[in-house]
Amino acid sequence: MPDTPSERISAAAVAKVARLARLDVSDDEITRMTGQLAGMLEHFADIDSLDLSDVAPMTQPYPLTNVFREDVVAPSLDRDEVLANAPAAEDGRFRVPPIIGLDG
Amino acid sequence: MSPAEIVVAPNDGSYLIDGYELVCGLEVHVELATATKLFSASANRFGDEPNTHIDPVTLGLPGALPVLNRHAVELAMRIGLALNCTVQPSTFHRKNYFYPDMPKAYQISQYDQPINVDGWLELPGGKRIGVERAHLEEDTGKSTHVGGTGGRIHGSDHSLIDFNRAGVPLVEIVGRPDIASPDEAKQYVTELRQILVAVGASDAKMEEGSMRCDANVSVRKPGAPLGTRCEIKNVNSVRSLGRAIEYEARRQIALIEAGESIRQETRHWDETDGRTHTLRTKEDADDYRYFLEPDLVPLDPGTEWIEAVRAALPMLPRERRLRLSQATGAPADGEAVMVVVERGQDDYVLAVAESGADVARALVHVKEAYAEQGARPSVPAADLARMIVMETSGKLTSTQAKTVLAELVANGGGDAVAIAAAKGFEAMDVSALEAIVDDAIAAQPDAWAKYCAGEEKAMGALVGAIMKASKGKADGKAVTALLQSKRG
Amino acid sequence: MSATPSTAFEIAAAVRAGSVRAIDVLEAHLGRIAARETDIHAFNLVTADEARAAATRIDDLVAAGRDPGPLAGVPIALKDNMCTRGVPTTCSSRILEGWKPPYDATVVSRLAAMGAVSVGKTNLDEFAMGSSTENSAFGVTLNPRDTSRVAGGSSGGSAAAVAAAFAPVSLGSDTGGSIRQPAALCGVVGVKPTYGTVSRYGLVAFASSLDQIGPFSADVRDSALILESISGHDPLDSTSIPQGPLDLLSVLDHDVKGMRIGRITDMPEGADPDVLGRLEAAFDALRAAGATIVDVELPSLKYGLTAYYLIAPAEASSNLARYDGVRYGRRVDAVDTNSMYMATRAAGFGDEVKRRIMLGTYALSAGYYDAYYGKALKVRRLISDDFARAYATADVLLTPTSPIPAFKVGEKADDPLSMYLCDVYTIPTNLAGHPAMSVPFGDSREGLPIGVQVMASTLGEQSMFKVASALERHMNSSGGRS
Repeated sequence: MPDTPSERISAAAVAKVARLARLDVSDDEITRMTGQLAGMLEHFADIDSLDLSDVAPMTQPYPLTNVFREDVVAPSLDRDEVLANAPAAEDGRFRVPPIIGLDG
Repeated sequence: MSPAEIVVAPNDGSYLIDGYELVCGLEVHVELATATKLFSASANRFGDEPNTHIDPVTLGLPGALPVLNRHAVELAMRIGLALNCTVQPSTFHRKNYFYPDMPKAYQISQYDQPINVDGWLELPGGKRIGVERAHLEEDTGKSTHVGGTGGRIHGSDHSLIDFNRAGVPLVEIVGRPDIASPDEAKQYVTELRQILVAVGASDAKMEEGSMRCDANVSVRKPGAPLGTRCEIKNVNSVRSLGRAIEYEARRQIALIEAGESIRQETRHWDETDGRTHTLRTKEDADDYRYFLEPDLVPLDPGTEWIEAVRAALPMLPRERRLRLSQATGAPADGEAVMVVVERGQDDYVLAVAESGADVARALVHVKEAYAEQGARPSVPAADLARMIVMETSGKLTSTQAKTVLAELVANGGGDAVAIAAAKGFEAMDVSALEAIVDDAIAAQPDAWAKYCAGEEKAMGALVGAIMKASKGKADGKAVTALLQSKRG
Repeated sequence: MSATPSTAFEIAAAVRAGSVRAIDVLEAHLGRIAARETDIHAFNLVTADEARAAATRIDDLVAAGRDPGPLAGVPIALKDNMCTRGVPTTCSSRILEGWKPPYDATVVSRLAAMGAVSVGKTNLDEFAMGSSTENSAFGVTLNPRDTSRVAGGSSGGSAAAVAAAFAPVSLGSDTGGSIRQPAALCGVVGVKPTYGTVSRYGLVAFASSLDQIGPFSADVRDSALILESISGHDPLDSTSIPQGPLDLLSVLDHDVKGMRIGRITDMPEGADPDVLGRLEAAFDALRAAGATIVDVELPSLKYGLTAYYLIAPAEASSNLARYDGVRYGRRVDAVDTNSMYMATRAAGFGDEVKRRIMLGTYALSAGYYDAYYGKALKVRRLISDDFARAYATADVLLTPTSPIPAFKVGEKADDPLSMYLCDVYTIPTNLAGHPAMSVPFGDSREGLPIGVQVMASTLGEQSMFKVASALERHMNSSGGRS
């Protein structure tokens, strides 16, 4: 596998993906990840030459349709048990820091 | 989601602001009236203690899997069919974004294959507003912002999340930009609400958030290409909707007139200052990375189910207005018909007519006296019919009829004859009335002469004397008719 | 007390008959765990107290003349990505450290209802991403056959637990080979059933359209027993096939005369000569047992790795987005929610998980979906179509399970791609949704176990188990040499 960063993905694109995925990454990590991802994408280029224009995408391994549940209430989980697992809770609710900086 | 191709119905030019046309499309979210959530079995209930309707799916716990609520699908189909949509095979996608009230960090929604497409809604006046799609998706939880000023996000110390609403089934009804005035927008939402309630799909209460409305607004000079649109959120009543759209249109026009351009953005309606404010611009919109939800399978209701739902649909408000209009002679988009159908009292009016009463009188009485009665009035139709028969046969004056009706409504029914008797409302026969009228003419020859000369207001003095002499038992209409016939 | 039975099949029979007590069976296994677990590290958590309580309940039922069920007293180890109510479930990730699920996975409640006794939660590559269990946040699992080597992965702990006789059977999950590859490396049987036969409800998702739960065991019969027990429709999983449990035990004695065994002529290259030698020996054994060997071509198979490493990370990037520090698991505090997300996920996930989240996010992102994820879904169709043609002429296909026997700890740790290549033979069946299993079939010249993979078409588990059973009979009759 090529160790040199290829043209397949740029450090800027990696930084953008990290933001989309909500992963705090250092500049060093960006550099390292860019190399690794580029190497993988290079390897995955083997499918680029395939003519797939007439091929339908396959999303489900076993074809089922119309799977339903009936509209019948089952008991709720116990709030205390659930909130005991929460990093922070207050007044029966999950507590989070101020909600800002969520766009982009 | 933006429509692939925006087709705008021709504006008839009747509504212009400073020479600009308004182009508006509404996106309405409605919570479905199911017992449980869209993909799990905890209760779909509003107003309970926080986090008491939660389950592994609702909370997005590791390992939880969604299973589609059959009844939610049926309600979505009712909405689609009532809006003249085609119900088609559909799929669910994941819309990926991070927000603390979105438990899985993706919303399961219908994307390129929604269940309902290509319908319309007809406004009372007859104009059709296109419906691009009406698709199923899940609701989010609710955030409460603590600290700072006025419970707003900005400046708050922290936020608290309640997931009771998370996973509640929604149908998003995406209207085409066919709305050309704030009033049409209000009519659209009012009509839509009535349809949703009529088909039993939702209680559609804007004030409780079970019906939420976003408006896409742009303006243009007649014949010009479409302008840049802004999306207005946080509109919590029909009245606010009209105000918000008008404000936004005027804001855009002012910008254009000042030579500035409109930025495509999402704006927040503030009820207190009556303005819209920038919420976020489209440039920093998220990349939602939609892909087919692998935990769900395709949905294909099939002709048999679709037709069964169609056949079971109740009569819709538009048809009911036409039916009542035809029965009463009152206009279909007139106030009486609109109000009575909106209250769901049109079947009742027709039942009163069935019991032998004049249907037009029934419509008026029900409209006037049944505002608090709801779709199943407590007064038996036959009781109201008996009262109306007394009135139309001249045994009760219209004033007396109102008094008897109030008594009927207060008691949840009763014998109008007995009530009239107890109140001392004796019928005045025509010959007795005629004698009083003749006396009045004799007593005021000047007034009579003026009336005969065509001075209509002179009739007032005569009628006053007649009513006084009859101790209020004379029917005003009958008196007028007698005077007119005597004038010749 | 009579001699302790060793297989799940024998244990259940003995406990139900009252000839052996469940608690004694359990103590024998806990004893082996106490003796060797520090050298192996198969478990993230041994639930000895809960297990003793469960075994005692089984014995009480037997004493009261009631039937505790078809798995009475069978100790079982569960991969630590299956939810167990009130018992920590970590996925070997820091981000879930301390989380106690408020519910049981369907497989967990089914096993308990049948009388099985869970002994603990086994180690895995973090969120099942890896082929060596070296990606666990809690340390590597070592191969009981050679503790300088890895046990494989991602279900390395479950494979090692059976290989070390810590439990007669265990459950793993298989997204691209995560049951079969460690089974091969540890010298045990491991089965990935048809997608949709075993409920995924309560299995912490890696890649939803590929994940399946399946058993590990020392012999083929125990895997058949466990798979019969956990298979069958679950209304809580929309992708669960609406049919009853698989019928497997009844076919194990059937011979393979007349069966058509497929040899893939254009199989991806690169396998160790010893591995290829054992595969040839397997073909010979089946031919000798009366089966016919047929050649099949699967020209798209070589693209399987690419399709898999675009599809699985894409799904994973979405499945793992819920670890945001809001409702459960780890949180790194910050001044606002977005910073809290970034810090929590950066601290909570290991390198391999981050790598796959990045790759998957990229493959789905605006402008790249068609080139990567969309194209991979089409390649998935090509591979599925290839299999359909092959199964028109063959009842089962035989390949190596892993191109190489167990490798040294650390040998591949710095080279993600060479690690990915470990799954080259196992991945295609996940893409197609087909069943496949690994059967131990002798050792390498170095004395390391080698597995042969038996693959079958959708719901072709009976054919697969017949062939696996025949291979096992051959090994038993030849005393481990063919």
